[in-house]
Amino acid sequence: MAEVSEKYRKLDEIANRTRINVVKMIAKSGTGHAGGSASIAEILAVLYFHEMRIDPKNPKWEDRDRFVLSKGHGCPALYSIFSEVGYISKDLLPTLHNIDSPLQMHPEYGLCPGIEMSTGALGQGLSAGIGMALGARARGKDFRVYVTIGCGESNEGQVWEAAMCASKYELDNLVAIIDYNKFALCGRTADVMPLEPLYDKWVAFGWHVIEVNGHSVAQLINAFEEAKTIKGKPTFIIAHTVKGRGISYIEDTWRSHSVTISPENVKRTLGELGCSKQEIDDTLEQMKEAH
Amino acid sequence: MSERIAPREVLGATLIELAEKDPNIMVLDADFCPASMITNFRDRFPERFVQVGIAEQNMMGIAAGLSTVGFTCFASTICAFCSRRACDQVTTSIALPKMNVKILGLYAGLFVGKNGASHQSLEDIAIMRAIAGMVVIQPADALEMKQMIRFAAEYNGPMYIRIGRDPVPQFVPDDYQFQLGKAIVLREGTDVTLVTYGDPIEDTLKAADALAKKKIEARVINMSSIKPIDEEILVKAAKETGAIVTVDNHNIYGGLGSAVTEVVSEKMPVRVKRVGIKDVFGKSGTDEQMKKEFGLRPEDIEKEVVDFLKG
Repeated sequence: MAEVSEKYRKLDEIANRTRINVVKMIAKSGTGHAGGSASIAEILAVLYFHEMRIDPKNPKWEDRDRFVLSKGHGCPALYSIFSEVGYISKDLLPTLHNIDSPLQMHPEYGLCPGIEMSTGALGQGLSAGIGMALGARARGKDFRVYVTIGCGESNEGQVWEAAMCASKYELDNLVAIIDYNKFALCGRTADVMPLEPLYDKWVAFGWHVIEVNGHSVAQLINAFEEAKTIKGKPTFIIAHTVKGRGISYIEDTWRSHSVTISPENVKRTLGELGCSKQEIDDTLEQMKEAH
Repeated sequence: MSERIAPREVLGATLIELAEKDPNIMVLDADFCPASMITNFRDRFPERFVQVGIAEQNMMGIAAGLSTVGFTCFASTICAFCSRRACDQVTTSIALPKMNVKILGLYAGLFVGKNGASHQSLEDIAIMRAIAGMVVIQPADALEMKQMIRFAAEYNGPMYIRIGRDPVPQFVPDDYQFQLGKAIVLREGTDVTLVTYGDPIEDTLKAADALAKKKIEARVINMSSIKPIDEEILVKAAKETGAIVTVDNHNIYGGLGSAVTEVVSEKMPVRVKRVGIKDVFGKSGTDEQMKKEFGLRPEDIEKEVVDFLKG
């Protein structure tokens, strides 16, 4: 039991570190997608530090599990995770969005180690995940494929083309996770384009559907475990999340989508996330230099 | 005249030939395989054939995903839909990450049976040519089709192969070898150069014969490699013939005419006349009706050349 809670504690810590890095990177860049990065912190932490079979020393290992961040704008969180995994150096994080940085505003395949697909134009990642899952089958490989999609992204028709297709091909090596933070760019998904009844829709498309609190590492772990027991159909995990989670001044608002973080809000947010005074001061100094 | 064969008639057999040697060949289809004439591939290699249904966007993404696992993907559907419908997927999921995906576009240009404007592709060359790093090629005939497919299997990167619907004679010599970025002269001439590709080749050659009767010797070039284009052959033609007429089965905006004009205006400025579809949509009809309507009969091409040379 102690071992289990220690694992959860570690994963929570990685998620928290992800949020800290997201705030620091975006503060320095001067702009970035904070809300949708903060909402996927636990999903990524559990995938990369518990669930997925990866080799930190070899991001191209052919038997690795694949992850596609279809909602590509959440990649500051993914870059932070990569730096924790060891795919990229921590020194790269402050280069976010720089013209010559591998850490572009939307992930680019071939540019940043660990990125499995170029995304950013929404709605496309699940199709790529299907290709990878079909590829695994054709090669007789047992790697699994994980795709995180957004809720605003789910307005795209291609998502539903992919939903039909994964089900047709009975891809039980494919897991899609929706970061269901209930916001699109300009408002609540319920107003912009309602997705409900989301659970019923994915069931109707032939998927095994699991609903969890997307900020609970324990629930996420269990969901991924359950997905592995499902045969003959893909699994869809509805991860209920909060947009901008942990960045209290914009938490659960559409405004958190793309932000410029002021020095005052950097101070406040990093403080709330448990950073030391030194770390906060260093961040403020970096911001000054950058702007 | 050689036997008339539609380039697509050899598509399935060529893919089968490649797949028998290379386990990485994978073919995708968006519910068009009888028209693409690749049902023989589907039946021979069902485990390497992905049928996505009428979902071109999804098909492009799946091809990209398969490419990351080391497959050489041929994603096949009608030109109009792989360019217009799936343009963003081709751009973001395939071209940007430089995936090893070959897009097979069938029913190039006006000639789509009687399917009409919605199915005609008068924009696809412009769209594909504007996507960074995308190769754009169209075979003249069945022999060049086979060679292009074999070349595509060896080439690592995104490619758009535009394929005509109708049977045509063989235009390239028996010992022809397709080379990316290399065109060939189908007919020698020194008074004007006619540059074309695919379906309009036959009528362009007929126009050249008619022009010869008027003492105008037209050189005819098969520009099967539209991007990268053969700059050398164009510069030489500009120097030696002093005037160029392009014949496009595409809108005159953004098609071969634009590509040729870009080259000669930079490297060897001469006058260029763009024959093609003049910024209008197509219609239902037979090929002959279509050619008459849009000015692609031999006599139309001949007249355009004569008028152009009068200045």
